[in-house]
Amino acid sequence: MALLRITSPHTQRAGRRTAWVMQMVILATIPGIVVQTWLFGWGTLINVMIACITALLCEAAILSLRRRAVAFFLKDYSALLTAVLLGVALPPIVPWWVTVTAVAFAIIFAKQIYGGLGNNPFNPAMVGYAIVLVSFPVPMSQWLGVQSLVSAQDTLTFTQSLQAIFQFLPVVESHALIDAYTMATPLDGFKTKDLLTAEEAFNTVPALHAANLNSWLWVNLAYLVGGLGLLWLRIITWHTPVALLGALLVMSGFFYGVDSANAASPFFHLTTGAAMFGAFFIATDPVSSCTSNRGKLIYGAGIGILIYIIRAWGGYPDGVAFAVLLMNFAAPLIDYYSQPRTYGHQKAKTGLKIGEDN
Amino acid sequence: MTEYLLILVSTILVNNFVLVQFLGLCPFMGVSGKLETSIGMAMATTFVLTLSSLCSYLTYNFILQPFGLEYLQTISFILVIAVVVQFTEMVVRKTSPLLYRVLGIFLPLITTNCAVLGVALQNISKQNGFVESILYGFGAAVGFSFVLVLFSAMRERINVADVPVVFKGSAIGMITAGLMALAFMGFTALVQI
Repeated sequence: MALLRITSPHTQRAGRRTAWVMQMVILATIPGIVVQTWLFGWGTLINVMIACITALLCEAAILSLRRRAVAFFLKDYSALLTAVLLGVALPPIVPWWVTVTAVAFAIIFAKQIYGGLGNNPFNPAMVGYAIVLVSFPVPMSQWLGVQSLVSAQDTLTFTQSLQAIFQFLPVVESHALIDAYTMATPLDGFKTKDLLTAEEAFNTVPALHAANLNSWLWVNLAYLVGGLGLLWLRIITWHTPVALLGALLVMSGFFYGVDSANAASPFFHLTTGAAMFGAFFIATDPVSSCTSNRGKLIYGAGIGILIYIIRAWGGYPDGVAFAVLLMNFAAPLIDYYSQPRTYGHQKAKTGLKIGEDN
Repeated sequence: MTEYLLILVSTILVNNFVLVQFLGLCPFMGVSGKLETSIGMAMATTFVLTLSSLCSYLTYNFILQPFGLEYLQTISFILVIAVVVQFTEMVVRKTSPLLYRVLGIFLPLITTNCAVLGVALQNISKQNGFVESILYGFGAAVGFSFVLVLFSAMRERINVADVPVVFKGSAIGMITAGLMALAFMGFTALVQI
């Protein structure tokens, strides 16, 4: 198979080094991190710090094992970006060893074993997230609730966050602390509504209370702002996020229209969970996604459809990580069949051809 | 109608034979080097699997069961599968010499694809009916083809990656297959069968 050759999007303008692109993406997550810290306490920041340290250590260890220039590759900020994306994706008071496992797996197995940045077929952050989600489901499902809805009187202090993450407290106290502050995410609440209709669920399930929904709306808006910044800087193109959100909108709109008693509205799907974060920060990874613009549209739409399928009928409340991994898996084939027309040729090379190269 | 659709979704995605049940890994690793070869192998396997699940159903229900010979099921299924593969080989040779040349040694090797025997045995243990058996075999084959083709496209990309020497070849292929199996865990509990 002839691989699709396209000038790397990073090198289109002078002065746009890999490190600059990575720094800009990290900066674009700041609105989201601020909102998450505001709503859910210091846990997110502590997670990001743990993740960054682990990522740099793992990257340096593997680079030195492979006898590569350690400082040169550490300075491209790609390991830090993976760490930041994972740190904000994990629940705020997840124990430290979950974060360390996720980041170490992401850097070592999803990235460095394939040869480092530019060679990884799967998005490292989502590999790390998926591996801890299937391995440690209990700590991974403990999201913090908004202040007005949980039983605790005051917000989680910095010390309490540290205690919860590093598990300084005896088990009983630690459980009491966690129980006082955690509640299900809206997607989790909607998934476990069982026999309730959608309207009953929104009125009775605490996780679907308007205050909790609003907090997730703010998180998603913050990532939308960061993502628009990346679009404005032309670090990402519009194709993947628009296709992803569009497909999610169409899927949820269709099933809401068919069965509005049991399905959640498109607005709910677009403003809860990792919809915006996934659309602008995860799916747009230039390495593991498709290369051509047509390919990006197919890739994004595939993720959107899979997110809805997993959210509505699957076993996990949110499907962004799995949907992205599944489409990463399909990306090389999509690239192969969505090659743009070569200048001077009549038609693009598409379609199924057996034994052509033999 | 719905149950037939559920059988297909279950066998293609949720209980994918390669990535969830880990059957048929030999052709999965062996034929995934080139995209064109894998597409040919996928089509041949689909044909063989569907036909052999039909034949093994008939063998079990009309020969083995009436004579109380259920204990011979494994060996008779192996025989049935070998016959079906030989038949496919003859058909492919006549109809598409090019495909026959591309598939080469892999066509006879379908005989040893454990997914083919696995489908026949699972059809018995799940007590699938006539139509269910055929659909189960067809769905298993489509799921196998689906991941085989995607995997071969991905392997062509990995072949040009800067993989550490000790992991080159099958080792990185196995790790990739593991990560793909991780991705397929997203389909858990999509349908219960």
